[in-house]
Amino acid sequence: MAEIEIYKKSPAEFDLGQRRARRSMRSQVIMFSLMIFLTLTSFMIVTASNAEVIGFSKYYVIPVIMLFAAVQVGLQLYYFMHMQEKGHGIAAMFMFTGALLAFLIVLTFVTIVWWN
Amino acid sequence: MSSVAQKKGFGSWLWDWLTTVDHKKIGILYLLGGGFFFVLGGIEAMIIRIQLAVPNSDLISAGLFNQIITMHGTTMIFLAAMPILFGFMNAIMPLQIGARDVAFPFLNSLGLWMFIFGGLFLNISWFMGQAPDAGWTSYASLAITSEGHGVDFYAIGLQIAGGGSLIAGINFLVTIINMRAPGMTYMRMPLFTWTTFIASAMILFAFPPLTIGLFFLTFDRMFGANFFDHAMGGNTIIWEHIFWIFGHPEVYILILPAFGIFSEIFSIFSRKRLFGYTSMVFATVLIGFLGFMVWAHHMFTVGLGPTANAIFAVATMAIAVPTGVKIFNWLLTMWGGSIKVTTPMLYAIGFIPSFVMGGVTGVMQGAAPLDYQLHDTYFIVAHFHYVIVGGTVLGILAATHLYWPKMFGTMLNETLGKVTFWFFFIGFHMTFLIQHWLGFWGMPRRVFTYMDGQGWNSANLISSVGAVFMAIGVIVLLYNIIMTSVKNVPVANDPWGDGRTLEWAIQSPPLYYNFTQTPLVRGLDSVWIEKQEGNESGITPAVPVQDIHMPHGSIIPIFMTLGMFIAGFGAMFREETSWGLPLLVFGLAWTFVCMAIRSLKDDLGYYVPKEEILEDMKRERGRK
Repeated sequence: MAEIEIYKKSPAEFDLGQRRARRSMRSQVIMFSLMIFLTLTSFMIVTASNAEVIGFSKYYVIPVIMLFAAVQVGLQLYYFMHMQEKGHGIAAMFMFTGALLAFLIVLTFVTIVWWN
Repeated sequence: MSSVAQKKGFGSWLWDWLTTVDHKKIGILYLLGGGFFFVLGGIEAMIIRIQLAVPNSDLISAGLFNQIITMHGTTMIFLAAMPILFGFMNAIMPLQIGARDVAFPFLNSLGLWMFIFGGLFLNISWFMGQAPDAGWTSYASLAITSEGHGVDFYAIGLQIAGGGSLIAGINFLVTIINMRAPGMTYMRMPLFTWTTFIASAMILFAFPPLTIGLFFLTFDRMFGANFFDHAMGGNTIIWEHIFWIFGHPEVYILILPAFGIFSEIFSIFSRKRLFGYTSMVFATVLIGFLGFMVWAHHMFTVGLGPTANAIFAVATMAIAVPTGVKIFNWLLTMWGGSIKVTTPMLYAIGFIPSFVMGGVTGVMQGAAPLDYQLHDTYFIVAHFHYVIVGGTVLGILAATHLYWPKMFGTMLNETLGKVTFWFFFIGFHMTFLIQHWLGFWGMPRRVFTYMDGQGWNSANLISSVGAVFMAIGVIVLLYNIIMTSVKNVPVANDPWGDGRTLEWAIQSPPLYYNFTQTPLVRGLDSVWIEKQEGNESGITPAVPVQDIHMPHGSIIPIFMTLGMFIAGFGAMFREETSWGLPLLVFGLAWTFVCMAIRSLKDDLGYYVPKEEILEDMKRERGRK
């Protein structure tokens, strides 16, 4: 059997760990509140639009909600799925490659295949 | 758990192979499965060529001919070429990067069994008398009106086998990213590992569209959906787009590993470092990326309009640039090298002109106006056989000879190997070169016979005679395999004498844990460097001898796949029988139960004790 090593942290290391955990927790909470806020705002915009409040036309509502959605995806990936931390470069590269390919294929359809 | 040969009953031997998660054994199983389907597809090819040898032939009916060409294409691409390449990737790639296994051994086994069950599912259609008959591309307008269950077998069988490919691709990616030995940087990886990496990335992005397309087809045919039915608001062209967004990357998934194999061979048998290693890597990456940007060149005649056709024509021709870089690098690797013409090298030398011819006809078809003339003629048939047989199949045969000693511990006979090469090579050119002219003379593809007096008779006969030569080549290879396996003369670590990469520094076949100590890699062609500096073993260990953690085998992958196999039949017979729906539900439930067992049961693997490794090392020293 592999030997089990017990490693004791020095007080300085322990402190550093604590500080990092606190900072991470703080950013998670801030981002979570931001996401809740964005979700609430989106619902309110749609409600306003349905109630035909002046200024909330669909040409305003749809782009804004799409923008909020993009921000939410980014926050989700970078904060809750930890992509902002070290060692996620390869995963990020593959995700962006996939997104690029999908974007180019959709772009091809809407520019030269369907509406040329 | 010793690697020493033990007396075992047949039952435990079989159990060992069915439950194995060892990448070397899974590689062998892929090779066996792929080899079986390769022979099956070859028999279908022979029937096609016999039927077409003479005009007005009525050996087989038109309907059966459609089934045979569909199954020939589907079998050769999905069940022969890809699995055989997966076999070599599995057996060799972890050794090349100094790993003990792939990243997910259990998933590796699952991928293998999904391929085998998917292949069986597809071929059971023969026994039901209704094989798929809408072409290997299964264009939707034809596929959704095809009667019987033929296309259902295609959709579900490929769905299962395709899932296996996706799993294998992801597994290779994670393995290469995470499990390289110390010092094995990306730019020190052997070319076969690099091409495995890029081909796996392409699988990752290309197979999901196929999955979607096959699900659409499945729902259209079996569950009353109308994705492709224009009368119900669907769009039949969508299938073509989805299929080729998958299909074009797919052909590069087939060719890139062959490029990798040939890069290894040129470098080993020219006894030189690969010329232009860096440009080779970037050419591979570029081919991989551009492969996704050209799908509509299969659809020039659909009527996408001049803008789309022009852009896709230019994109298609651009791929010739990185491919040309590779061809010149191989030629310059041989230039000034001390060349040894072994069987693998013979295949590699034969590959260059064959593949270049296929590439050049590819650029010809890339010119959209000319493609209007060539579309659906035998010219197309000649082109894609030149790239797939002249590239991938020659690569597979070369790798079979090159890696056979590493996988099985005994050499294939060199003389018989060369006999195979000449029969196959001459037969290949004889079969397909003349088909370019058949295309120019107007012979359409996928016809089950043709009339006399159109000037096609002698060309078709020549083509059929060539196919016989190829068959003789394959039969000699099978004879070679059987004879050398019976003799079973053991070979040393590096039977070719000029191995450059890590797999040639360990036993043939390797111990079940591959490396007694994880190696330290100090450059490209690590074993070559060590040997040049006087280290006969070819390896500098990176760690002391220590316990090795290994995974347990598992029977769950077979059962998990069996559930999908059963569910497939359920879905197919859902409408006409009362047991169809319960069977579908049962099969899926079965699979989910297997997944639950896998998730809930902890399997932490076991350790190979240090004493056993020291003993293996002592025995190895004694052998020398």
